[in-house]
Amino acid sequence: MGTGAQSMTFFALVLPFLAALAAPALTKAFKHNAAWILALAPAWIFFHFAGFLPEVADGSGVTGGFQWVPSFNVNFSWFLDGLSLTFALLISGIGTFIVLYSGGYLKGHQHQGRFFSFILMFMGAMQGLVVSDSFLMLFVFWELTSITSFLLIGFDHSREASRRAAIQALVVTGLGGLSLLAGLLVIWNITGYSELSLLLLTKDALRESPFYLLALVLVLGGAFTKSAQFPLHFWLPNAMEAPTPVSAYLHSATMVKAGVYLVMRLNPVMGETVAWETILPLFGGATLLVGTLLAVRQTDLKLMLAYTTVASLGLLVMLTGFGSDKAVEAAALYLIAHSLFKGTLFMVAGLIDHEAGSRDITKLGGLRKAMPITFAAALLAALSMGGLPPFTGFLAKEEIYAALGFADGWSGFLTLVAIAGNALMFVIGFAVALKPFLGDMPKSVEKAHEGPILLWAGPAVLSVLGLVLAIFSGVYHHYLSSPMSSAIAGNEIHVHISVIPHMGMPLLLSVVTIAAGIAAYRMIDRSRALMDRILTTIGWGPDQGFDQVIRGLVRVASGVTRVVHNGRLEVYMIVTFILVAIALILPMLVFDELPEMPEFPDLRYYEWAVLVIAVIGLGAVANANDRLTAIVCLGIQGFAVALIFMLLGAPDLSFTQFMVETLSVVILALVMTRLRLSPADHRPPAERFVDISVAGLCGVGFGLLMLKVTQLPFDTTLSEFFNANARVIAHGRNVVNVIIVDFRGLDTLGEIAVVMIAGLAILALIRIRSGKTATHDPEAEKA
Amino acid sequence: MRTVIFRTVAPYLTSLMVLFSIFVLLRGHNEPGGGFIGGLIAASAFAIYGIACGVQAVRRAIRFHPMAISGAGLMMSALSGVFSLPFDVPFLTGIWSQTDLFDLGIVLSTVLFFDVGVYLVVVGAITSIALALEERETL
Repeated sequence: MGTGAQSMTFFALVLPFLAALAAPALTKAFKHNAAWILALAPAWIFFHFAGFLPEVADGSGVTGGFQWVPSFNVNFSWFLDGLSLTFALLISGIGTFIVLYSGGYLKGHQHQGRFFSFILMFMGAMQGLVVSDSFLMLFVFWELTSITSFLLIGFDHSREASRRAAIQALVVTGLGGLSLLAGLLVIWNITGYSELSLLLLTKDALRESPFYLLALVLVLGGAFTKSAQFPLHFWLPNAMEAPTPVSAYLHSATMVKAGVYLVMRLNPVMGETVAWETILPLFGGATLLVGTLLAVRQTDLKLMLAYTTVASLGLLVMLTGFGSDKAVEAAALYLIAHSLFKGTLFMVAGLIDHEAGSRDITKLGGLRKAMPITFAAALLAALSMGGLPPFTGFLAKEEIYAALGFADGWSGFLTLVAIAGNALMFVIGFAVALKPFLGDMPKSVEKAHEGPILLWAGPAVLSVLGLVLAIFSGVYHHYLSSPMSSAIAGNEIHVHISVIPHMGMPLLLSVVTIAAGIAAYRMIDRSRALMDRILTTIGWGPDQGFDQVIRGLVRVASGVTRVVHNGRLEVYMIVTFILVAIALILPMLVFDELPEMPEFPDLRYYEWAVLVIAVIGLGAVANANDRLTAIVCLGIQGFAVALIFMLLGAPDLSFTQFMVETLSVVILALVMTRLRLSPADHRPPAERFVDISVAGLCGVGFGLLMLKVTQLPFDTTLSEFFNANARVIAHGRNVVNVIIVDFRGLDTLGEIAVVMIAGLAILALIRIRSGKTATHDPEAEKA
Repeated sequence: MRTVIFRTVAPYLTSLMVLFSIFVLLRGHNEPGGGFIGGLIAASAFAIYGIACGVQAVRRAIRFHPMAISGAGLMMSALSGVFSLPFDVPFLTGIWSQTDLFDLGIVLSTVLFFDVGVYLVVVGAITSIALALEERETL
C-alpha cells in the first residue's frame, strides 16, 4: 500500500471526530439540514473502504499505520481483512443513513448539534475498534464506544430513566472493558505479540498455553458484556431510553456487535477447543432463547426489537462457538443480514413513533395507507428477518441449519434452540412490520402521515439492500461473505448459497421454523399474557440484581467512610503521623539498619547559635499556651533551619525555606482566625504528651533516615552530569534552577499543575465554609 | 493589625517586594532565584498588602482573579514546551535565541517563558488562598 492510501486511511479514521467537532456549528447554521453535509463524512469513508474490496477479496489483508510509542512497541496500526472490512463498511454505510435519519428525527431539538457530535464520535470510535491492529488501540477505541454510548443513552438527561440506563450501560460495558484489557495483556504476554495481524499467524501458541483458559475467560468477559449475552443482557433493553437513531445504530447494527467481532476475530487462534465450543454455544443459545421469550412479552416496538437483538447476538455467539466452516459462514451471513434488517426495523419503529406519536403495538394500526414507504421498508425487513426467500436473512437461515443439522446430540440440541429462537424472531419481526400497519386505525393516530425523506431514506435503502444482496448472491459472496468467513475461520472458505431453494434438511427446517412462526404469530396476544404471568411470578431479574449490587456497594462504601472518615481532625493527624513514624523507624529496627552515630562535628560559634535558636523554638512550641504563639514559634525553628541551609552553601534551598516558612506562618495564622477556635490551647497534659511524643518520634525517624542516607555510598553520576552540562547544554550557572526548568521541566510542569489544582481545591473549601457570610459580601462572591 | 504605620508602609513594601520578586525570577538561571522563589515572594507581598489595606484593594490592584493568573501561568509553561516541537526535538526542550536590541545582547529562551509560567502559577495559587482567608478576617 502506498503512503497516499496510508494517509487516506488515517484520514478516514480521524474524519468522524473532525466532523463531530464541526457538527454544532453546522447545525447552528443549517438547522436539521446539516445532516446532509455531515453525512458526507461517513459516505466518503464508506467509499474509501469500499476501494479495498477487490484487494481483500483476493485474500490479502491490508495493514498500515504509524509508530506511536516505539519504546513500548505500541503502534497506531490498522488491519483490514474480510472481517474488519465488512464491519467498517457496515459502520460507515449504515452510519451515513443514521446521520440523515437523526437530522429528521431530532428536527428542531435544541441540542441537535450535540447529538450529531456524539453520534459521529461514536462512529469514529467504532470504526477505529474494528480496524485496529494493535491491542492498545483496540482497547482505547473499545472504551471510547462505551463512553460515547453512555453519552448517547443519557442524551435526554433530564429523565431519570435515561440517566439510570446510561450509567448501567457504562458500568456493565466498562467492567467488561477492563476484563478485555486484562485478557489482551495476558495474550500479549503469552505470545509476545501486541498486534492482531501477527497474533493470527501464531497458530496454536495460545491454545497450548497453560494460561489459555484465563485469557479466554477475560476476553469473553469483555465480549459478553458488550454483546449483551445472558445474564448480562439487561443493559441493552434499558438502553432503548436513547433516541431511536441511537438504538438503530449502536444497539442493533454496530456497537453491540463489537463483542461478536472480538470473538470472531480471535476464533482462528482461540477457537476449536473444548472450552470454546462449550462456553460460547451455551451462553449464546441461552441468550437466544431468553431474548426471544422476553421479546414476546413486550408491547413497545423498540423493546420488542431490543430483545430480538439480544437474541440475535446470542445466535451469532453460538454459531461462532460451534466452530465448523459452515457455522462460520452462517454467522457471517447472519451478521450482515441482521444489521440490514434490524437497522431498518428500528428506524421504522422510530418513524412510527415520530409520525403517529406512539410505539405501543396495542395502540397502533391501519397505518399502511398513511405511511406506504415505511410499510414497504418494514415488510421487506421483516421478510428478511423471518428468513424467507429471496432475502439475505434466508441465506443466513439456510446456512445456519446446514451448519447445525442433526449430526449428533449436541448439534441437534443447538438446532432445536435455533429453530425455537428463529420462529420467535419471525413472530416479532412480523408483529413489528404488520400490526401497526394493518387492521383498523385507532382515533389517536389518524393524523399520521409519511415522514420526510431524511427519515425514510435509511430504512428504504437498507431494506432494499437486503433483497439486492441476496439476489446477486455471487457478487455478495465474492466481496463480502467469503472473505469475512475466511477471516473468521482462519482458512479459505467459499460461500455458495443462493436464493434458489434446494431440497434438503436445511430447507425442511426452514419450513418448520416458518410454520412454527406463523402458528405462534396467531397466538401472540395469548403468549404475551402467559409470559407476563410467568415473569411476574418470578419477580426478579438481572436488572433488579444490578440495582441490588449497586445499592450494596454504596452501603459498604458509606459504612467504610463512616468508620475511616469520621470527621475528627485530631484522629486523622495522630493516625497519619504514627504511621509515618512507624514507616520510618520500624524497617530500620527490623532489618538492623540503624545508622552509626557520626562523630559530633566541630561547630563554629555562630553555628552553635543557630542550633540553639532552633532548639529554643521547639521548646517554645511545646510549651506555648495559645495556638498563635505555637504557630509563630514553629516559624522560629523553620528560620533556623533556613539559616543552616544558608551556612552549608545551599542558597536556593534556604531562600525557598524562608519564603515557605513566612507564608505558612501567615496562612496558618489566617486559618486559625477562620476556624474560630478558642485562642487558648486547652488540651489536657496527657493528650499534649501523646502529641509531643508522636511528633518527637517522627522527628527522630527522619533524623535517623537522613543519617543513614548520607552514610550510604553516594552515586554522583547525576550531580556530575548536571554540574558538567548546566552551562554547556542549558546555558545556566544556577544548577538547581536549570534542573527545575530545563532538565526536569516535565516534572515541574506536573508540579505546577498540582499547585494550581491544590489552590483551586483549597479555594473551594474556603468558599464552602464561608457560604453563610457570602450573602453579606457580594464582592467576594463575584471574585 | 491595621496600624497607621503598617498601612502607610505597606504599599511601598509591597511594590518593592514585587519588584524584587521579578528580579529574583529573572536572575534565577544564573544566580540563586527562579520562578518558584520569586512567586513566593510576590505572593507574600500581596498577602501583606491584603492584611494592611484590605482584600478589595489587592483585588483591584491585580485586576485579574488570582486563580486566572495561575491558570494563565500553567498554560504559558505548557505552551513554552510546545515551541520545541517544530524543531523536531522532544517536548519542553529549551530553544534559545539571541537578539540584538539597542546594541544590547538579549538572550531569549523558551526556558524563560517556562519559568515565568511557574512564577505566575505560584503567585496566583497562593495569593488566591491567602486572599480568600483574609476576606473573612476583614469582615
